[in-house]
Amino acid sequence: MTPLIDARKVRYRYPDGTLALDGVDFQLFERETVALLGPNGSGKTTFVLHLTGLLRGEGTIRVCGLEMSKKNLPKIRSRIGMVFQDSEEQLFLPSVLEDVAFGPRNLGLPPEEAARRARLALEQTGMEKAAGRAPYHLSAGEKRRVALAGVLAMSPEILVLDEPTTFLDPPAERDLARLLHELPQAKILVTHDIPFARALATRAVFFERGNIAGHGSIDDVVRRFQWEI
Amino acid sequence: MHYDVLERWSRGDSYFHRLDARVKILALLLYLVAVATTHPFTWSAFAAFAALAVSGVIAARLPLGGMLARAAVVLPFSATFAAISALTGEMETASSLLAKSYASALGVLLLAASTAMPSLLDAASALGFPRVLVLVLQFLYRYLFVVTDQAQRMRSAALCRGSALRRGPVRERFRAASGALAVLFARSYEKAEGIERAMVARGFDGRIHLLYSPRLAWRDAVFLAVAASAAIGLRFLLTIPA
Amino acid sequence: MHIPDGFLSTPVWACAGAASVPGVAYFARRSRAALEDGQVPLMGVMGAFVFAAQMINFPVGVGTSGHLVGGALLAITLGPAAACVVMTAILTVQALLFQDGGVLALGANVFNMAIAGVVAGYLPYHYWGATRHRGLAVFCAGFLSVFVSACLAMSQLLLSGVPMPPAVAMLSLALFAASAAMEGGITLAVVGALERLNPRWVQGTERNARSGVGVILVTALLLASVGALLASALPDGLERLAENVGIAGQAKALLASPFADYEARFLQVEWLRKAVAGILGLGVVYAACLGFGKIAARRSGAARSV
Repeated sequence: MTPLIDARKVRYRYPDGTLALDGVDFQLFERETVALLGPNGSGKTTFVLHLTGLLRGEGTIRVCGLEMSKKNLPKIRSRIGMVFQDSEEQLFLPSVLEDVAFGPRNLGLPPEEAARRARLALEQTGMEKAAGRAPYHLSAGEKRRVALAGVLAMSPEILVLDEPTTFLDPPAERDLARLLHELPQAKILVTHDIPFARALATRAVFFERGNIAGHGSIDDVVRRFQWEI
Repeated sequence: MHYDVLERWSRGDSYFHRLDARVKILALLLYLVAVATTHPFTWSAFAAFAALAVSGVIAARLPLGGMLARAAVVLPFSATFAAISALTGEMETASSLLAKSYASALGVLLLAASTAMPSLLDAASALGFPRVLVLVLQFLYRYLFVVTDQAQRMRSAALCRGSALRRGPVRERFRAASGALAVLFARSYEKAEGIERAMVARGFDGRIHLLYSPRLAWRDAVFLAVAASAAIGLRFLLTIPA
Repeated sequence: MHIPDGFLSTPVWACAGAASVPGVAYFARRSRAALEDGQVPLMGVMGAFVFAAQMINFPVGVGTSGHLVGGALLAITLGPAAACVVMTAILTVQALLFQDGGVLALGANVFNMAIAGVVAGYLPYHYWGATRHRGLAVFCAGFLSVFVSACLAMSQLLLSGVPMPPAVAMLSLALFAASAAMEGGITLAVVGALERLNPRWVQGTERNARSGVGVILVTALLLASVGALLASALPDGLERLAENVGIAGQAKALLASPFADYEARFLQVEWLRKAVAGILGLGVVYAACLGFGKIAARRSGAARSV
């Protein structure tokens, strides 16, 4: 089976010279949910930014069989949906519907089709009632759902979520876990939230100093790296 | 300023709210020009123009008291100059400064309180505002309260720590304030980078494709005709030929 | 100083508007490359930052405090073209949502603060930012941005016939200088703090810029704006000056042929005389701003392509 994501020997140095990634090898297969664990500054977020071509380092990355190159970027970005840590930054248009339709419009869909897809995605995340509201007035949990809808509206095959539980209260966290569980896409979760990762992840990978220090089942990894309170 | 009342008003629903924003902008400009060019601007002229604006406020089902109070924020500035005019003996100029600035502010407020910002921006773009300016306005408006809240939190945090911002030698407090401002700048900068990254991840290629393109309806034409003839009519009725 | 509606006479707001529209259009076109570079969110958020910055008070002693106005800081961090667009956006939002400045007067306010103020706030930095007088250059940038726009605003008010005894005009000139000095101090302190956090947030400067050109440009801008203020406060003085230099005579001769009948009346109309004086002043400042904008944009364009 060919992996959805196949990253080999990914190396990245920040402009100031610090080595952020030191030869990361990583695969993601269909129906998997992989939790990326590890200390702050270990390279988790830097690594997922490479998957959508937002950062470019050495090594090779293939997403859904597509080589990471300037020509393939639009295709790759429609296959892989990023939900960022700060939803406030993701929702920048004046109304929820317009924001969710932003991705489909960039795919070149006409306005009516983009709005239809946006409505569908909002239904999927249970936010259809918020379509006309201003993102600023939503709660943290609602913002996260709308941000997710904005990504789902592009019908991606892979979802990447960076610290999806930040700012969420426990019920909102539980609702998000349920929602994600029902979505068929393969997922990558960058998180410090072990209960959340346990609820969703099929496997875990542990980052340390810009490389993968170990992987396995989530309990296994948590025990090995003493990654719990 | 956590929830701006003007934004809530602007998302209301009335005949006036549903009018095309371009038409409302044109009507406002006509109204403002009429106010600006009416000489002398007597109290009866003020009453006539204010009545025109107030009828709009009522048609838009906006709270009259709140609107009148909010338009009064121009008065301190006007009053300063009016006082100087009065002291130099030009009573007519003094009253005209107060009356014109208040009547104009009420008109502008009526547009802002009856039109949601997105439609206002679409209209600005349709009326030929440079695209970069419209986009900057859009981002500015979207993040206005986000950044202001951040500043508010930083200020509270400073106050909680006994605030270097309140006591101590001026020099130190000045340094503390500039440090706070630099941190606010840094946060804003990082936020902007985050926004850009999130946009690019969703396929942004330098163009923002709008979802709606507004169309003019009959009611818009009717409104424009009525508003224009009222403003122009008042202008010529009230100006006493020299 | 944001001029509300109802203060400016028709020739003044119309002329200022007619000057601002192409000015902003020019700077907007110059910053269009910002779209592809992903600078637009930054410009918008920086506009919001300038709003929020007003909540942070800077003590200046004797129980008073001031806050950042921002024109020079934006020019130093974003460059003059982007700063002009951001300031225009700020003034538009202030006029619409906060009734701070009028809508018909927006042209004048944009001219004063977003065009003349931003360019005045960039000139000293551009020319002396890389020299050992860098601190002074940043201070001057803040000072000039506020001082030039306040002088222009005041002269527009005077031209519009808002009564102001010369003593009050002189007093306000002193007050402008004080608040401009405050802006200079704040800009200097904030730019210093920013450079300590991340030097890349501050625009690069021309290393071998001829500081002589800078001196000339800054002096010209300062003279033009203070001159506009003085001319409008004391129009008789300007007229006398014009007569001495002989402009008035030439103008009379020029006007004599087609408008022979109107000639006498033309020069007697008070507001027209004031308007001509003001428009001339405005024209000088405008030409300086636009000319400088062209030079700066060409240079930054050249720097980018390297």
